[in-house]
Amino acid sequence: MATILGIDYPTLWFFVVGFLFSGYAILEGLDYGAGMWHLFFQKDESRRIAINAIGPLWDANQVWLVIGGGALFAGFPVLYATMLSAMYVPFMLFLAMLVFRSSAIKFRSAEPMLWWRKTWDILYFISNLMISFLLGVVLGNLIEGIELKENFVYDGGVFLSFLSPYAILTGITTVALFMMHGAIFLLLKTEGRLYAKLTFLLRRSIVFFILSFSILSVYTIVFIESVADRFREFPLFFVLPILALLSIANIPRLVSKHKYFQGLIFSSLTMSFLLMLVAFQLFPVLLLSTISPEYNITIYNAASSEKSLGIMLTIAAIGTPLIFIYFLFLYNTFKGKVIMDDDSY
Amino acid sequence: MDVEILSRIQFAFTIAFHYIFPPLSIGIGLMLVIFEGMFLKTGNKQYEILTRFWLKIFAIIFGIGVATGIIMEFEFGTNWAVYSRYVGDIFGSALAAEGLFAFGLESTFLGVLLFGWDRVSPVVHFISMVGVFLGSMFSAVWIVVANSWQQTPAGYHIVGDGFNARAEVTDFWQMVFNPSSVDRVIHVWQGAFLAGAFMVLSVHAYYLLKGKHKEISYLAFKPALTIATIFSLTQLFSGHRSADLVAEHQPAKLAAMEGHYQAKSPADLYLFGWVDNKAQKVTGLGIPGGLSFLVHQDFNADIIGLNAYDVKDRPSQVNAVFQFYHIMISIGMALIFLTLYASFLWWRGKLFEQKWMMRIFAFSVLLPQIANQAGWFAAEMGRQPWIVYGHLRTSEGFSKEVSAQQVLFSLILFGVIYSLLFLLFLYSLNKKIKHGPVDYHPTSKLAQQ
Ligand code: HDD
Ligand code: HEM
Ligand code: HEM
Repeated sequence: MATILGIDYPTLWFFVVGFLFSGYAILEGLDYGAGMWHLFFQKDESRRIAINAIGPLWDANQVWLVIGGGALFAGFPVLYATMLSAMYVPFMLFLAMLVFRSSAIKFRSAEPMLWWRKTWDILYFISNLMISFLLGVVLGNLIEGIELKENFVYDGGVFLSFLSPYAILTGITTVALFMMHGAIFLLLKTEGRLYAKLTFLLRRSIVFFILSFSILSVYTIVFIESVADRFREFPLFFVLPILALLSIANIPRLVSKHKYFQGLIFSSLTMSFLLMLVAFQLFPVLLLSTISPEYNITIYNAASSEKSLGIMLTIAAIGTPLIFIYFLFLYNTFKGKVIMDDDSY
Repeated sequence: MDVEILSRIQFAFTIAFHYIFPPLSIGIGLMLVIFEGMFLKTGNKQYEILTRFWLKIFAIIFGIGVATGIIMEFEFGTNWAVYSRYVGDIFGSALAAEGLFAFGLESTFLGVLLFGWDRVSPVVHFISMVGVFLGSMFSAVWIVVANSWQQTPAGYHIVGDGFNARAEVTDFWQMVFNPSSVDRVIHVWQGAFLAGAFMVLSVHAYYLLKGKHKEISYLAFKPALTIATIFSLTQLFSGHRSADLVAEHQPAKLAAMEGHYQAKSPADLYLFGWVDNKAQKVTGLGIPGGLSFLVHQDFNADIIGLNAYDVKDRPSQVNAVFQFYHIMISIGMALIFLTLYASFLWWRGKLFEQKWMMRIFAFSVLLPQIANQAGWFAAEMGRQPWIVYGHLRTSEGFSKEVSAQQVLFSLILFGVIYSLLFLLFLYSLNKKIKHGPVDYHPTSKLAQQ
């Protein structure tokens, strides 16, 4: 089997996919998080500022979902096919909410009527909330496993089976995490009264996150056996949740010193640690079968051919630096507080 | 209805809806590159106004294109799981490349383009415009390559059998340059340029009819008409190339396009007609032996007909394929006459005086739009019953674990959402057009409220 630095191609591609989805969570986490605060602002002007804070960025951030999805399809077609068809309903809702969200951003400020803007505000809030929740739910299902039988065919319930208590908990925790993340981002972008309000909201969201995360952790250790076994096997990996906790603990301190950018880095780190934790819990499995371990989807039985993975690693090696350059240029162009002009939403 | 039919309806509906927007994004993108380039070159303020005006329309179109495109990406997995596992090895790399090279470019520069007027220099703004345009051109390449592979597979071998069978890449470049991809990419690009150019022509013809924004409309008309004329003509050639390739690689599709049944005989070329699939007969006006002539330059050459195939191995919706194909061609011909005549009038300096011409142009936006849709429907329905030509049937490709109720649920969901989205699109388009290309005053909207 071909390797690079002693790591085989499916494992490398697992890192690529993990990296892309972390990027997605960090960047779109900002946008979704900001969106979930939308109804907490009363004045129309504040709401417009909040939308324009992500205005020039959200389209680009969303590309990480597109690329991540493509990378999953390309590298692990079996996982892509099985996961999406098995979780048909949550994914369809997720996609529908994405459409609502982009429509709300585009059309909200197109008309001055109050009812028009209020309607879009509500839709905007709900779509951001649902998107974040559903992402968490899917993650929960991955950790917990689903009913897979032979040939990677899903054999479970059809409509609401994806909503197990555990999945709901991961969903709520994701919502909390994104809200915290989004609040820090908005602080970077706002001034005056809105800014003062956000400092208050941020504290609340940190408490909300720590609470939900603790409940989730306890639930995981008690009820999800595979996770507990994993830790018993590799106790070293306890550093990951500890690191995650430490970086959260760091956030209030940085925020009180007005170091929002660093705060943002720490909340991004929290996200990556948590995702690494999930990756560690699963690896090399991608999707657990609750029926029998022999039906698990792993990075090996789900992967594309070595030839194909080799081509894609080359593509990624060329494309990733380009994307970094584009993003640096974009974020550099729009750094600083929101300034409204004729082109704003 | 069963899962297969519902999934097909859903895919056709969502992709057809998506495909309203990409050709406009690509085509208007080209026009914007020209307008902004002219502004940089001449410093004529009118071009800046034109650029800003079309950029606002572009923003709406592009936004809906992105939102509906993301749905397409995931629909392969949700509704076509078996197909996705089968082609993932091949198809995936094209999609991943599309994401990295194309969507990364277009979506990041889009922000600078729409919101960066006061933050970057005019040259950097223009570069962003070109970046977005090139990004959208690339994205057409990769997705059409993927689709072309599915029409004319190459550079692969089949591994495993039964449920575990799947296609694996043996030669990347052969896969990318499969027999039909180059010609189809060109045909699709040109179709997109036409869609954009005619949209510009339409809107400005409407202004001229109303006697509004005259100067700026003359200015916009010229490059748009030039683009429209050139690509209407070249579209005929790339279309002809495509037809030759279909004759070579997918004879059953070609036979369906012209309603040619007899297994081996000279085939006619119809201007229009109606196919009776039961009686295996076409009623209509045609050139006897015309298709034989186009393919073999000989009116008496044999063309493989539908009956050379088992009923289960050939498209069943022959009339639909025939009609869609002929709609596209008729429109193609109409566009050629329209643009040539308009160019002639322009040369004689009489174009803008002809009210009836302006009336035709005001509605002309629909023509390339319909031709683009019809072209895809002909190509995709003519591919049936195969989802991967000659290897995997559509009836084997859908997700087995998804139930009919689920698909019905999502179909209704998208039906409702897309209807709303379409109304919103028309509404805001109308509003932007009514507002018109007017001078830009750098006062913030906030101050106006
Ligand atoms: C001829 C071109 C063409 C065709 C056939 C398709 N698309 Fe498309 N797509 C585009 C051309 C395009 C485009 C021009 O690049 C976008 C960007 C803005 C727009 O209006 O369309 C787009 C947007 C777009 C996006 C959002 C990208 C972003 O975030 O920037 C995705 C994920 C897809 N598409 C995926 C698909 C899939 C899976 C298709 C096939 C089934 C498909 N498109 C057909
Ligand atoms: C953008 C323009 C496109 C249009 C308008 C279009 C249209 C259609 C239509 C009408 C069908 C249903 C055919 C039938 O059931 O008889 C279909 C099916 C399908 N198309 Fe396309 N298509 C487009 C592009 C693509 C591309 C770019 C791909 C892949 C790369 C693709 C892949 C498929 C697949 C997988 C199906 C489902 C299976 C099937 O019914 O064959 N399509 N498309
Ligand atoms: C003028 C004569 C034209 C001819 C002879 C022609 C020929 C063809 C043929 C043979 C195909 C099927 C290719 C395949 O299945 O692989 C096709 C597809 C298509 N055509 Fe045309 N075409 C013409 C004009 C147009 C025009 C004016 C437009 C749009 C403005 C257009 C847009 C399309 C599109 C979008 C497709 C589907 C993509 C593809 O398969 O390439 N065509 N055309």
